[in-house]
Formats: sequence, structure tokens, C-alpha cells
Amino acid sequence: MMGNLLEHMGVDRNRLHFSWISSAEATKFVDVVKEISDKVRALGTTKKFAKDYTK
Amino acid sequence: MDTCIEKIKAICTDLFSKGEVEKVIGFAGGSIPMATRPIAVTSEADVEKLVFNAFCGLNLANYVTKNNLPKDGAKIAVVAKGCDARNLVTHMVENQVPRDQVYIIGVPCTGMADKRRIAQRFEDEITQCTQDGDTFTVTSALQQEVIAKKDVLRHNCQYCTHRNPPVYDVMAGEPVEEQILDQPFPDVDHIASMDPETRWDHFAELTKNCIRCYACRNACPLCYCPTCFVDESSPQWVGKGQDETDITTFHFLRAFHCAGRCTDCGACVEACPMGINVRDFTRKLNKDALDLFGWEAGMDLDRRPPLDVYSPDDPDDFIK
Ligand code: SF4
Ligand code: SF4
Repeated sequence: MMGNLLEHMGVDRNRLHFSWISSAEATKFVDVVKEISDKVRALGTTKKFAKDYTK
Repeated sequence: MDTCIEKIKAICTDLFSKGEVEKVIGFAGGSIPMATRPIAVTSEADVEKLVFNAFCGLNLANYVTKNNLPKDGAKIAVVAKGCDARNLVTHMVENQVPRDQVYIIGVPCTGMADKRRIAQRFEDEITQCTQDGDTFTVTSALQQEVIAKKDVLRHNCQYCTHRNPPVYDVMAGEPVEEQILDQPFPDVDHIASMDPETRWDHFAELTKNCIRCYACRNACPLCYCPTCFVDESSPQWVGKGQDETDITTFHFLRAFHCAGRCTDCGACVEACPMGINVRDFTRKLNKDALDLFGWEAGMDLDRRPPLDVYSPDDPDDFIK
């Protein structure tokens, strides 16, 4: 529901990721973080939910 | 509704004379036209102060919290429209108040009027508003108008399908007919039909005048945390100024805290001094709760809310 609300507010679903990772699954954690970083990097920067501190 | 208040008063007088309750939380007249205020009546003599009309738009469940229940286990009574009663049930389901300390005086509700919609019809300040059944006579220095309640109903009341309290101790009137809607969430569907950028702009436009007064939060019966996340300073979860990112973060998180709990009572919008329809956020959650879990908040004392229990058939296609 959180993802749905964010998507409803106009946030790109591809920037959201939900995973179930046990504390024993260190490698899965690393893999998931890598995958998300690559995916989001490919999407480029966004201004949504990003505070502009130069203002 | 005119007779409804007589019944409410008779019930309260009876409760006090039998010594069954310590106080009654209800509505009293306001100091300006089209306004009421919450009141705690503590004696039979003050029962006369109670009113009930189409401007009782706040949610009285907000005034029934752990900390203001009598410590000795005595009861308090609450005048409850359909939505107030559902929020009382939510309090009970969330173990905030025990069922046996709250005496629910259920009011079959025919909806509340949107005072902004009435004010829009006037150029100058409204000086008087009287209600006779389902019509209002509204007067200002320049004009007088007779307005039908159905033409100025609040948006949430137009889409309300639980006007009769689902749980009560006594009813102050015959149940009213419930609406059956083909499309319960046309506003949410409308936003969903926009492309993502337009949706983002819609919410930015919606909240751009927000002054972070938190009246919406304070009017909400769900917001009973001793310290709200927006008020914490260590850690500070969200910036406190009027930066648009902070405003959006506040609204997104406040709304999400209401997921599976909101009854769409409209108190947040009623309280907002800037006329912001913050229900645009919560309505999406209410729609999802219904679509994904068949859940409407505050209907049943024995069912756990969807975000509070695990079920093997919970939707999980978003977990990757
Ligand atoms: S939401 Fe329903 S119960 Fe609540 S005031 Fe409106 S019509 Fe009445
Ligand atoms: S009541 Fe209105 S102005 Fe105040 S914080 Fe809520 S949305 Fe913003």
C-alpha cells in the first residue's frame, strides 16, 4: 500500500523496491542493493522527494 | 435531525440521573455561524448545551483517548455519527480504550454540510445560518439564500456508505438508509488516470499552500501518538519548514500512518484553515484497503486490521 500511494503520488514504481532479506542473507542483500542502484542510476536523477539545499 | 438532538438530550439526562456516565462528549454551538465545538458535559444541568446539526463535522472519537478516560474505570458517553463510531471501534481494536468504558450514543447521520461550499455562494461574510431539517437559511449583509443540504454536502459524506454507527449502546433515532455506490472512489480513479508527472503536479498544487499548522493531524482521531514524527527533533525525521519536499514528506507519511485505519470522516479537511483536501492522500489508501483486503476500518470489534496481521494469501507480488 505504501508503494501504491507513492506511485499514486507520481513516483516512478521502478525507483521503489521491496525485498524480504533475512539477517543471514548477506549476499542476497548485496545483490539486491547492487541491482537497485544500477536500475535507479539508469533512470537518472529525480527531483521528487529530493530536497534542494541550494535554495 | 431536529428530533435527534431531543433524543440525544433525553438519553444524556437519563444517563446522568442514573449515574451511569461521568461525562458526555458531544457538540455545542459555536461562536460564529456554521460552526460547532466539541464539549464535555459533566452534569445534567449542562445537557441543554448540546446541539446536533449539519455542522458537526469534527470527529469526537478524537476526544476519547487513553489519557482522558476516567482513571477509576467510570464510563464516558460519546455522541457518535457513523464515522465517529467507526473511529471509536478503531480505538478499541488498537487497544487505546476499553469497550466497557465508552457508552456510544449512535446518531443515524444524513451527512454534514461543507461550509466552504456555502461560503462560496456569498460575496461577503455570512452572519447567520439556521437549519430547518434539510435546508439552511443563510444570511449575510448583502444577501439571503435558502440552500438544500444535499447541494452542499461534504465530499466525504457524499461517498459515505456507513452513516449508521456499526457499534453502539443506544441509537438516537431510526437508522437511515445506507447508500450503495457503483463507484465509491471516482476521485481516486480520476487521479490514477493521469500520467505520473501530472499526478505529482496535482499533489504539489494541492499542498502548495500548506502552512504546516498540523490542524489536520490534530483533528484526526488516529493521530494519538504522544509525540508525532513531525514534532520529533532527535532524530528529526522531516524538515519543519515550508520546503516543498518537507511538505510532501509530511503529507505522505501522515497519510500512510492512517493506512487501513482511516474512516474518511473528513475531520482533517474540516479543520484545515487553507482548504486543502488532504483526503486525496488517504482516499487512495482506503481504496487499496478495500480492493486488496476487503477492509473498511472500524466496522468490527473482532477483526484485526489488515496491516496488523499476516495471512498467507496477503498480496505479495510487490516483494522481489
Ligand atoms: S462520513 Fe458518513 S457518518 Fe460521517 S458525517 Fe459524513 S455521512 Fe455522516
Ligand atoms: S491543516 Fe492544512 S495547512 Fe495545516 S498542516 Fe494540515 S494541510 Fe497543512
